[in-house]
Amino acid sequence: MQFLSYLINGISLGSVYALIALGYTMVYGIAKMLNFAHGDVIMIGSYVIFFAFSTFGMNPILSVILAMIVCTILGVTIERLAYRPLREAPSLAVLITAIGVSYLLQQVAQLLWSSNPKNFKSVVSLSPVTLFDGQLIISAETIVTIAVCIIIMIALTAFINHTSTGHAMLAVSEDRGAAQLMGINVNATISLTFAIGSALAAVAGALMCSSYPTLMPTTGSMPGIKAFVAAVFGGIGSIPGAFLGGILLGIIENLSKAYISTQLSDAIVFLVLIVVLIVKPTGLLGKKVNVKV
Amino acid sequence: MAELLSVKNLNVYYGSIHAIKNVSFHVDEGEIVTLIGANGAGKTTTMHAISGLLKPSSGEIDYCGHVISKMEPHKIVRLGLAQVPEGRRVFSGLTVQQNLQMGAYTRKDGKEAIQNDYDMVFDLLPRLKERRNQPAGTLSGGEQQMLAVGRALMCKPKILLLDEPSMGLSPLLVKEIFKIIRDINRNGVTVLLVEQNAKMALDIANRAYVLETGSIKMEGEATELANNIEVRKAYLGCE
Repeated sequence: MQFLSYLINGISLGSVYALIALGYTMVYGIAKMLNFAHGDVIMIGSYVIFFAFSTFGMNPILSVILAMIVCTILGVTIERLAYRPLREAPSLAVLITAIGVSYLLQQVAQLLWSSNPKNFKSVVSLSPVTLFDGQLIISAETIVTIAVCIIIMIALTAFINHTSTGHAMLAVSEDRGAAQLMGINVNATISLTFAIGSALAAVAGALMCSSYPTLMPTTGSMPGIKAFVAAVFGGIGSIPGAFLGGILLGIIENLSKAYISTQLSDAIVFLVLIVVLIVKPTGLLGKKVNVKV
Repeated sequence: MAELLSVKNLNVYYGSIHAIKNVSFHVDEGEIVTLIGANGAGKTTTMHAISGLLKPSSGEIDYCGHVISKMEPHKIVRLGLAQVPEGRRVFSGLTVQQNLQMGAYTRKDGKEAIQNDYDMVFDLLPRLKERRNQPAGTLSGGEQQMLAVGRALMCKPKILLLDEPSMGLSPLLVKEIFKIIRDINRNGVTVLLVEQNAKMALDIANRAYVLETGSIKMEGEATELANNIEVRKAYLGCE
């Protein structure tokens, strides 16, 4: 029973990683860049919810929606101002810019809201579920997190595979030049990708801070890095890969915390990543890049 | 006949390399015009400059009353200028049908008109119909070329730019592709064809330009050029 509880909590943590990993993987697939500021967008979203919900007493669901809107605008603005001018620049320049944006967001948050941790009030107000005569108690946050992750996965997959905009995104990720020759506006497609990724980041922030309620300007950075690991683990550029990678990562992290060592759990996570990349360099679901001449 | 596409004093640089030097040519409505030349002569560069993938450093490209040399590629496509890129470049992860859908991405003239064009494309390229639900990456080279052509036709172009459609295909398929190009032209689409296979290209074209190291060396009626001694020596392998 203990094991089941660790497993479910791991899946829940993994769902948060998966939601964040989606932002990394979609942006990588379509804009061919690693947006290291993605984790900090989560942090901004969480602050928006904190102030809207805890300070101004807004409805929790409306607060999350507000945070999604703010993060969408933020993500699209970052892309427009910081990344788009570098579209033809070497990828290293873009990577360094992304790291710069990440620090910028953290510093701005520190200036605005100080580095003192805020106590995030959970946006989920349901009571926990008790199973097996009280032997297994699952918090409502855990269940909501997993459910939200599943719904988003289904909705996103349907959007990508069954709408013409989704197909256009796939086309841009495969061959930007050929997509342009179809009349697809690549800049608009990239903006849309940032918008979706950032909105999901706000949701991830809400769920993560509801389960782990300490909110600081650096709150987004470690989950951001782990979600990046999850994206690589699952195969960067692959949407199902981001989900699989995220959830596996969450399970591995939680089980190693429970059975091996709390301090070593992060090290174990990265060790697993290294082993996977040695055995399968493209990640679990990553495709080999075929270059046809 | 009315001039549909006209390139005037085009110059394109790749960094410090002057790839296209003062190139001027034009394509009239209803024509098949071919641009022939060896590897590295600047044929693909010229095509990319027309479709907007490359920005020319000077010169002007006019199409249908619009100056398109400074326009973004997706806007140029909307004006009815489609390109079949060199090396096919189909979306290998998407099915044949989805690739064709991408071709019709910009169209706003209703489902019925688009459906008619699917039928037209499947009529012209029956093999695509058999494979419509297959991922494009699983098609043979010839089928992928057909798909690339079909995909470009789906955007209902007034002018179709074809970049080396015969590349890497067997002689039989080359013949088939050229027959298809002729059919497309008969259906009222103007064609600008870039080819290394000068013999086939001159066979179906009305007029031709010979591109050598970034500039136009010769131009004229296709039949005239096919009989020109220099062209025969350099491009048709005749002594």
